[in-house]
Amino acid sequence: MSGTFVGMPAFPEAAREAVGNETLRGNLRHATHTIRAKREKAVTEVADWAELREAGKRIKDHTLRHLDRYLQQLEDSVTAAGGIVHWAADAAEANEIVTQLVKMTGESEVVKVKSMATQEIGLNEALEAEGIRAYETDLAELIVQLGKDRPSHILVPAIHRNRGEIRDIFTREMSEWGRPAPEGLTDTPAELAEAARLHLREKFLRAKVGISGANFMVAETGTLVVVESEGNGRMCLTLPETLISVVGIEKIVPTWRDLEVFLQTLPRSSTAERMNPYTSTWTGTTDGDGPSTFHLVLLDNGRTDTLADEVGRQALRCIRCSACLNVCPVYERAGGHAYGSVYPGPIGAILSPQLRGTQSEIDASLPYASSLCGACYEVCPVAIDIPEVLVHLRERVVQGGEVTREGNKVVLRPAKGHAAERAAMRAARWAFTHPAALRTGQRAASRTRRFHPRTLPGPGKAWSGSRDLPPVPAEPFRDWWQRTRGGKGGAE
Amino acid sequence: MNSRERILGRVRRALADVPRDDPPYEQAVSRDYAREHGDRSVEQTVELLAENLADYRAVVHRTDAEGLAGLVAGLLEKRGSASVLVPPGLDEGWLAATGVTRVTDRAESTPHELDRVDSVVTACAVAIAETGTIVLDGSPDQGRRRITLVPDHHICVVRVPGQVVSSVPQGLERLDPARPLTWISGPSATSDIELDRVEGVHGPRTLEVILVGDA
Ligand code: SF4
Repeated sequence: MSGTFVGMPAFPEAAREAVGNETLRGNLRHATHTIRAKREKAVTEVADWAELREAGKRIKDHTLRHLDRYLQQLEDSVTAAGGIVHWAADAAEANEIVTQLVKMTGESEVVKVKSMATQEIGLNEALEAEGIRAYETDLAELIVQLGKDRPSHILVPAIHRNRGEIRDIFTREMSEWGRPAPEGLTDTPAELAEAARLHLREKFLRAKVGISGANFMVAETGTLVVVESEGNGRMCLTLPETLISVVGIEKIVPTWRDLEVFLQTLPRSSTAERMNPYTSTWTGTTDGDGPSTFHLVLLDNGRTDTLADEVGRQALRCIRCSACLNVCPVYERAGGHAYGSVYPGPIGAILSPQLRGTQSEIDASLPYASSLCGACYEVCPVAIDIPEVLVHLRERVVQGGEVTREGNKVVLRPAKGHAAERAAMRAARWAFTHPAALRTGQRAASRTRRFHPRTLPGPGKAWSGSRDLPPVPAEPFRDWWQRTRGGKGGAE
Repeated sequence: MNSRERILGRVRRALADVPRDDPPYEQAVSRDYAREHGDRSVEQTVELLAENLADYRAVVHRTDAEGLAGLVAGLLEKRGSASVLVPPGLDEGWLAATGVTRVTDRAESTPHELDRVDSVVTACAVAIAETGTIVLDGSPDQGRRRITLVPDHHICVVRVPGQVVSSVPQGLERLDPARPLTWISGPSATSDIELDRVEGVHGPRTLEVILVGDA
């Protein structure tokens, strides 16, 4: 994944540091609680949520189980509609393809729609190395880019920054990149947004090359879909002459009709809106309207390895709504940076170690970055059983076993005794010394009781050999308290 | 081996556990969710559209065929617009009452030219009541995607009830995936700064929707 994250400390260290940062915790807490409450409301508005969720899960599962067929169908339909399809086995190849495509246009700058896939492969840095400047145009991404920072949330990447910091970043950095911030810029959100509007408009109007990801690709029709709020996506998708979309191979749905499920569940899960302000769909190129050249780069980069794991492959159902981040007691405390990857929170804890393998210390520690409370599973619009995959990956880290890396079967050795135990225990200690996290955690723990072993597997055995792991009660104390005290006084 | 073959090969090996008789798409996907939410009369559906549009801070107006030209002229005047973009196939009558300079969108119009225009008036392809969404599909009365994006003021005319559906599934059914589609729910907005909602970062900051009764 992105070089930005190389050298990240393992999760427990990074988290400990983040937990000590009061501003970060305050911002995160406010954000996650606000979105969480709104989402709840948006979801209860639709009576058939459970059915939509089940349909979404099944569509994605079916597609993954026949991914080779759907990929080829997609390739055919995109080509028939006037697009050009490229395949990239890993990050380096994807970056190489995009760089060459940009160079062929003779341009040395591009405008970008927020895209996790291009962050994952470190595209901006790769372009930079070839003398091509990539401008992020999503407001939050702009803040992150100008602040020489990393995103910390899927949906609101600059959530760790408050308005004062944003004002300072704009005032200091905008002139480096183009139109400077207006004189006397204050820290009101409206003024900051206006400054971004002016700064970026100049770039949109002259841009010849746009780079995007996509939320969905329809195999049947070759249609790509981008869901957004600000209109920067529309700018990048329609004003440039050349559009390059870099998309993970798991983003396919079979038919046009399938969008009816995801266009209902994604906005409500994500921004808690009935519908996001803008959704764009395009099928190849359209004469006289929008880019005249369209390239689709299909990205593997660990996805086929993830697909090879029968338990873990469900992580590929993810539609990146970020609902799981906002309910996660661990994410709320630790913040997005502690996960050391572009995918933070519960989904990051299962996706990153699968995409990248669990060899590095940070990836080996990620499956422990959870209290297994199950709240992430409850909110997930495609019903990914994140706790199940976490437990599965913990086993993998501790016991080793057969995995697929870059298409080849390899046998992982068990993590070195001490290292694994240390990682696990440090993560556990961290959670246990932060009672609020644990409290929320226990709420759903009884539901996942089947995952709780009596003894720790692998090297943990020595530790649990002399200790009993406490069984999880059928009703957590917190629930009993809430029930008997009518919810009063139980809040954090 | 090229990357296409390599990736497809990896996919096939990864799916070795999937049986040959895995249920086909039609059986694998359950569709027992609702086609629409609630049981509404036609008028109620239009009313819901108006409510949800307004809830997302679009400005909603209602009129009939006779009143339309006057209303459009009035909105442009109130806004103080000096120029208005017109898609090639827009109903002539809609702008009959305004003297504002008309700018026709031409293939060679540059984004900078569009940026100097104050307002744009378009029709739409379909409107979705439950989500408060209007969808444009690039038909001649809606024009290219860029014309409803660059100017800061968009007036969109929806014929009711003919163009109104209840739900997202009903909306998709009416749309042609081969066309470039833009779904618009309220004006451009961001919540990236401390989750405070701010209207209009890049797209039009003002969206006015005119619901016109079918004659
Ligand atoms: S795992 Fe589920 S809840 Fe989390 S981002 Fe993905 S789709 Fe959303």
